Amino acid sequence: MKFSIFRFLILLVFTLLVSLKANGIFRVQSESINQDSAAFISPYEEDNQRCFVCHGQSKYTYKNETLGRDIKALMFSERIIRKDEYYQSNHKSFSCTDCHSSEYANFPHAGELRMEPRLNCIDCHGGDETYHFDGIEEEYKQSTHFKLEEEGFSCWECHDPHTYKISKRTSQNLKETIAYDNAICLNCHSDFDRFELLTDHEEINILKKHDWLPNQSAHMASVRCIECHTQINENLPVAHLIKPKTEAVKRCNECHSQNSMLMASLYKFESKEKRKDGFFNGIILNQSYVIGANRNEYLNFMSLIIFGGILAVIGIHVFFRINK
Amino acid sequence: MYLYPKWIRAWHILNSILFIILIVTGLSMQYTGKKDYVLVVGFEEAVRWHNISAIILTINYIFFVAGNLFTRNGRYYRVKREHFFSDLFKQLKYYSWGMFHGEKHPFPVTMERKFNPLQKLSYILAMYVALPLIIISGLGLLFPEIVVKGLMGVSGMLLTDLLHITMGFFLSVFMIIHVYTCTLGKRPESLFRGMITGYHATEDHYDLED
Repeated sequence: MKFSIFRFLILLVFTLLVSLKANGIFRVQSESINQDSAAFISPYEEDNQRCFVCHGQSKYTYKNETLGRDIKALMFSERIIRKDEYYQSNHKSFSCTDCHSSEYANFPHAGELRMEPRLNCIDCHGGDETYHFDGIEEEYKQSTHFKLEEEGFSCWECHDPHTYKISKRTSQNLKETIAYDNAICLNCHSDFDRFELLTDHEEINILKKHDWLPNQSAHMASVRCIECHTQINENLPVAHLIKPKTEAVKRCNECHSQNSMLMASLYKFESKEKRKDGFFNGIILNQSYVIGANRNEYLNFMSLIIFGGILAVIGIHVFFRINK
Repeated sequence: MYLYPKWIRAWHILNSILFIILIVTGLSMQYTGKKDYVLVVGFEEAVRWHNISAIILTINYIFFVAGNLFTRNGRYYRVKREHFFSDLFKQLKYYSWGMFHGEKHPFPVTMERKFNPLQKLSYILAMYVALPLIIISGLGLLFPEIVVKGLMGVSGMLLTDLLHITMGFFLSVFMIIHVYTCTLGKRPESLFRGMITGYHATEDHYDLED
């Protein structure tokens, strides 16, 4: 008997899964991932190549006129721009000298060129309507990073103009986007040498600071730092108002609830599908599973019915016991 | 008659306390709102107490299985194929009709038969189907890295959690029915008393226990 009950259960689970699948409950979306733009050919290819010859990799060679021979030297790591990364970035169509002085065409470069003022995002992007740079600028000025501006903090600290590429979030590449975006923060916050350039704070151990998070690695792979560390702004694609650490989200329920905060941040581009086949915040299910946020309305309803039914039967039973 | 040895009673009381903690904290995790908590504990506390209780429950469950393997208590859970459904029906009929019309209990408790057929089936389903499933899926949720990434395009965590909360729900329902049927003894409180003292109160006019 035991055996046939077991068989029945297996059959039940299997039928349930197949029917869920057939009803499309767990559809997998197939959207094209970010297009590979490695094949991009710049109109300034030739001009840029004159810079990449030295700045494209860690070693460069130049002719020392005094000694009359070729010298091989190491390129200072902060001055290396990987060519393939550049030609995949958002700024790939520019010539190096669009932003840098044309005097760099001469070698050796004149010393005073180092002092040239650097452009900021807003210098070119002011007034744009796609990415709302003015809104970003406004948020940045209220963010905790802004107070470091005098120490040298700028947009570039997070968004290297040579390699930065905006990642269009889709359900397919979300994990990559999360890793890419988190790497931006960790670039300074887990590299004390860089961190020290801007602040006198002691070294922070990110993992220790976040050890209150259960399943820390799952959290860090599934959400971005900015989910908890920025002020949500409905009008910007990505919030830029980094809050001081004391104001970071620490209540589990902000995400682990029916009105999950994630729907206004990480999943905002796809959050039109608020419910998917009965799952609240269903879009999250394509990538992750969030306890408390992904409850299912049908299961809720069914469980209430069963629960009510049981109580009713008990009630009737009690009634007959008293009145028999 | 002395029906419930000490180890059963110890296991049972611990199990019942853990069940209540796990249900309350489980509901807290699944149903807390953003602004205020549905139940007394918040998500963070709920996660902690759920984990602690679950680990104790798992150890307690191993103790229970071992007890049934190595003592004679296991025999109460053995099911015979013959008359399986007719016996179930007899018991069901007694609960819904017979007991209100002065009929005798069809399966009175003896030292050789602790459970009536309905009880036996529900205990087997709860203890040997639902509990292993909820423990295994729970371990999966505690250590997400061991869960399969996905099955037929569905997130493995989602399947694991659906299994976990479904079993949690069935076990909660089981517990409510279990507690109610425990009032069906000689007097409403006699079966509860039996589970504390170890002695089952036998009586003539209705010999129900669950």
